[in-house]
Amino acid sequence: MSTAIATTGVVCRDLVKDYGQGESRIRALRGITVDIHPGELTLLVGPSGCGKTTLISILAATLDATSGTVDVLGSRLNALTKDERSDFRARNVGFVFQQFNLLPAFTAAENVAVPLMIQGMPRDQAIARAEIELRTVGLEDRLHAFPAKLSGGQQQRVAIARALVHEPHLLVCDEPTSAIDAKTGHLVMTLIRQLARSPERVTVVVTHDARVFGFGDRMITLEDGRVARDERVQAPVSNPE
Amino acid sequence: MIWIALKMLTGDRSKYLAIIFGITFSCILIAEQSAMFCGIMMRTTSQIRDVHDADIWVMNPNVRFMDDLKAIADTAFLRVRGVPGVAWAVDFYRGGAQVQLEEGNYQGSMLFGVDDSTLVGAPQQMILGTIGNLQLPDAVLMDEAGYRLLWPDEPLRLGRTFEMNDRRARIVGIFKGSFTFATQPVIYTRFSQATQYIPQYRRSLTFVLTKCAAGESPETVAQRIQQQTGLKALTRDQFGWMTMMYYLAKTGIPVNFGTTVLLGFIVGCAIAGQTFYLFTVENLRQFGTLKAMGMRDGKIVRMIFIQALTVGSIGYCLGVGLATALGLFMQWMRPIMSFFLPWQVLALTAMAVLFIVLLSSWISVRRVRVLEPAVVFQA
Repeated sequence: MSTAIATTGVVCRDLVKDYGQGESRIRALRGITVDIHPGELTLLVGPSGCGKTTLISILAATLDATSGTVDVLGSRLNALTKDERSDFRARNVGFVFQQFNLLPAFTAAENVAVPLMIQGMPRDQAIARAEIELRTVGLEDRLHAFPAKLSGGQQQRVAIARALVHEPHLLVCDEPTSAIDAKTGHLVMTLIRQLARSPERVTVVVTHDARVFGFGDRMITLEDGRVARDERVQAPVSNPE
Repeated sequence: MIWIALKMLTGDRSKYLAIIFGITFSCILIAEQSAMFCGIMMRTTSQIRDVHDADIWVMNPNVRFMDDLKAIADTAFLRVRGVPGVAWAVDFYRGGAQVQLEEGNYQGSMLFGVDDSTLVGAPQQMILGTIGNLQLPDAVLMDEAGYRLLWPDEPLRLGRTFEMNDRRARIVGIFKGSFTFATQPVIYTRFSQATQYIPQYRRSLTFVLTKCAAGESPETVAQRIQQQTGLKALTRDQFGWMTMMYYLAKTGIPVNFGTTVLLGFIVGCAIAGQTFYLFTVENLRQFGTLKAMGMRDGKIVRMIFIQALTVGSIGYCLGVGLATALGLFMQWMRPIMSFFLPWQVLALTAMAVLFIVLLSSWISVRRVRVLEPAVVFQA
């Protein structure tokens, strides 16, 4: 499996996703065709139920499409077995979740070390590497704090550090600002935008928070399972500070 | 992976302790009741085990267990002596006698009569007096527990007298015997004396104790005795097992104890199984996160088994330890309590615990295996 970053990081063709069967079947995606490029911040926006989360789940190799093809970083996800998809995610995908999804029994450093340990790195080495990553997101004084002792913004920064610690080529962020206040959300989006500038990384952010729109380079609007608009952001935030 | 599994397990302290409590409680019930059952079963054979000198017990062919007393001809030991491979054979009486105390009270007792000249079959662990004292007139040996039953709160003393069948008996020795099933005083005397302490019957010999000649196998010699005398001849082990099997088959003891053991097992399954399952279900999002981050299903399944085996091992050690401590404490408080914990009980308890934790983890694994990693994107 090639993990070399392709010119086009993500290629979706006629992507369809159905939930359920028979009369109870719901079609969440109705033939999505889209390319997403590295080095820029792509926003997936749209009203609730439009298929944003379904699309990002398929791109992140956590969900199978019903039909159509998805090529991510040169790998055709449809052709991978379950274990191969797990390995693909472990190596290539970083996740930032709406609810952070930190493991409550683990300290900040231990949480960040988990993706490295999943890849087989010894615990001490992984935690040392995680501590470096936490320093880059400004949490050097909270390395050994448990999630319950961190503010929402700090938890989200831990989640970002965890998403980046194994240097993934695909960063998927699901509503990264919805569980934090506006000021912290601004800081988090600034951080994500900096990360998205890497030419080696494809960054996709799902959001319906209008304050985030200005951070994107490109905005894909979904409506009823289809791409309604695909546009460049006219006046991106150049210097959020 | 092991570290992640254990960290997740111990992170939720209340559930972690609840699972361990469930398994520990189950273990205590299973081990304690099984040990008491074994203790009672051992008591059914205590009189056989207390006779150290003989390899083979010869008896009436219709005898089914130790207390099933059926007499044989008083000369039977002479016929046994004639069988090749027998080094020696002596008469041995086992029966019941009524003890009449000086103050007029009566108490049933187990009466043993050993060979007058050799005293083979007499108890070994003397506390007061000697076995040789049995050669004195009216001499009897009594077990310590029996003495304390007849004369509670009084110090052990030789020379006490009582009557059996209107004949005088004098205690010339006190020994430490194994507890018996019926918890009656155990009295040893000479064979000729024993026949005076019971009503007269045409036949009074109940057993012939036999020793094999050097190099002879007890099983072979026992078979030979059976063929040549028509009597039943069993080795010590065979007689012990026959007695235990009789009690197992013909009494309600196994059912009563088995019910409690089963109850412990069910309680263990219910508490530990349900708590462990709930623990997994409540952590599904964490498992989903690990899956999303690329942990394979196989590793997650192993994590769950490691968690289950960890709580199982801790619960087992605590349970068996507490059951042992409880049993020994109760025995110390009341020595009459039966408690015997052989390795088989430990193995049985371990298997029960293993079954409980494997069942719990198997149910949990099914939930985790079907979990889509995309669950992490759900709010």
